[in-house]
Amino acid sequence: MDSINPILLIASLMVASTPILLAALGEMVVEKAGVLNLGVEGMMITGAVVGFAIGVNTGSSWAGFAIAAIAGAGLSMIFAIITQMLLSNQVATGLGLTLFGLGLSSLIGKPYVGMKAPGFAKLDIPVLSDIPVLGPILFRHDPMVYLSLAAILGVWYLLTYTRAGLVLRAVGENHNAAHALGYKVVRVRFMAIAFGGAMAGLGGAYVSLVRVPQWVEGMTAGAGWIALAIVVFASWRPWRILLGAYLFGGITVLQLNLQAAGSTVPVEYLSMSPYLVTILVLVIISVRGNHGAPGSLGRVFHASH
Amino acid sequence: MKLATRLLTGTALAVGLAGMAQAESHGEPVKAGFIYVGPVGDGGWTYEHNEGRLAVEEEFGDMVETVYQENVPEGADAERAITQMALSGADIIFTTSFGYMEPTVAVAEKFPDVVFEHATGYKTADNLAVYSARFYEGRAIQGHIAGNLTESNIIGYIASFPIPEVIRGINSAYLHAKKVNPDVEFKIIWAYTWFDPAKEADAAKALIEQGADVILQHTDSTAPQAAAQEAGNVYTFGQASDMAEYAPMPRVSSIIDNWAPYYIDRVKAVMDGTWESHSVWQGIGDGMVGIGEITDAVPADVKEEALALKDSIGAGEYHPFTGPINKQDGSVWLEEGETADDGTLLSMDFYVEGIEGEIPN
Repeated sequence: MDSINPILLIASLMVASTPILLAALGEMVVEKAGVLNLGVEGMMITGAVVGFAIGVNTGSSWAGFAIAAIAGAGLSMIFAIITQMLLSNQVATGLGLTLFGLGLSSLIGKPYVGMKAPGFAKLDIPVLSDIPVLGPILFRHDPMVYLSLAAILGVWYLLTYTRAGLVLRAVGENHNAAHALGYKVVRVRFMAIAFGGAMAGLGGAYVSLVRVPQWVEGMTAGAGWIALAIVVFASWRPWRILLGAYLFGGITVLQLNLQAAGSTVPVEYLSMSPYLVTILVLVIISVRGNHGAPGSLGRVFHASH
Repeated sequence: MKLATRLLTGTALAVGLAGMAQAESHGEPVKAGFIYVGPVGDGGWTYEHNEGRLAVEEEFGDMVETVYQENVPEGADAERAITQMALSGADIIFTTSFGYMEPTVAVAEKFPDVVFEHATGYKTADNLAVYSARFYEGRAIQGHIAGNLTESNIIGYIASFPIPEVIRGINSAYLHAKKVNPDVEFKIIWAYTWFDPAKEADAAKALIEQGADVILQHTDSTAPQAAAQEAGNVYTFGQASDMAEYAPMPRVSSIIDNWAPYYIDRVKAVMDGTWESHSVWQGIGDGMVGIGEITDAVPADVKEEALALKDSIGAGEYHPFTGPINKQDGSVWLEEGETADDGTLLSMDFYVEGIEGEIPN
């Protein structure tokens, strides 16, 4: 068995995990506000195709990412209007959003099949990137990897230490109480949903602009669903989102590398391990009795009730 | 999500088809259904099946109506999709992936008046035919070129599922790479998917990190081509479709599946009432397997040899599995000059001598 270079492995797992990290973080904020949006996959794939199309047309990946975020947020507004103003069922609407996103993306993407992405330079921070071991792992990525880590930090700080974060959590825990205190439940949720959409859009664009990089129909191939699982795995905590995303992404990359290196560990065990860990975490959480889910998650809010 | 897609499509089909079934009783168009494992925009396997469907429409115009369903998961779930299509009044249904075998058999039993065509399988019935292409003939040519091109002597292979079809391809490519380059080594990754661009790209990157400078793939998307292009100095081959957008480098040639003549032929048979169940396996000679243009990135003499190999396989003069060939464990499979019989090939579950690693179960 040839050896796997652990430095390259960690570096590539960070890249592989970034899309699900972004999408999961966004969805966590949405769920913290008490809304369950199952449309992550649809918003991701829309972000992927819009980001790619803009990237190809403008030659700038940055523009692609920016517009992808806007597109993801825009799509999520459909969900927000239907669930928050028209009070429809969130699960059904979220599923509908995913179907819509998949169809829309293949329509938009038709002219872009087989085209090449504009390329996205890695930062290669001088001096720091030359540090042995740590350099290649930490300081030679593209900016989106750092942005995703900064986003974790930002969301954690916002939710834990700011008034805005407190209001958002209050709305998610008990929307009637929050409403009684005078907080605008629907407005807060709109903002959370838009944030979740933007993050899913960014995650999708990362797949089409950096990770693959090209447009292929249906290319997110279920990443949005994994992001949803990671939110539960993380029991709605930002740092555990990081852990969960790197675990899922890492095991995918690890099992491919193990195979390439000629390892004898059966593929099937490696492939199923992230899901086993998720089940295990869920069991531990429920044994402890505190699953951490926001109290009003998925419930319809109307001021008259 | 996929469940919801199916339900929606199913309902739409059922509604649309109630009208259709009526039309048919008046001798109206023959309805041909297609079940796809990926999206028609995958640029590979499903794309080519869909090209075959479009060729059927072109050929028969108003006399035929086609329907298709994409992204149908393999296994038990597929049964519902096929049943739905049969209920909706399809006269002939093509199920285009190996994993649809059992579901197709089950649905065929329930609908004796509908005829079924299953790609790459081996189970037939009175109303169920199977068809496949001898892709291993194309793999032999790939192996020949790959063995010549590699400088690291490491060839990476992105395999999908451990089924005879895929194993045959690995063996054929390996034998012919080994013939021109005795030091060649295959590194094989089982991706356990036909279509997942991100995973395919990761697999290609992992193989390149392990020193592979030629990547062969048996998955359906063009993602490995993009990964190879980014790495530079890595060669690839188009899979199922030409993938010419990656020529001349990294894509130096391709195996093209050409289903159109077969689909036209079979739909015609349904129209004429001459359809009969059969099991066909066509190769380069019949035109079902095409070899995409070999680009100038390949040295001229290698290209010439490859084309000669293609011609001799096409003419039936040379069989890619001609002895002496030993199995991986060293036991004799084919004696000197002996060629493999189709039965063994169709159920191939072993590596030939020289390939390292085990086939997962």
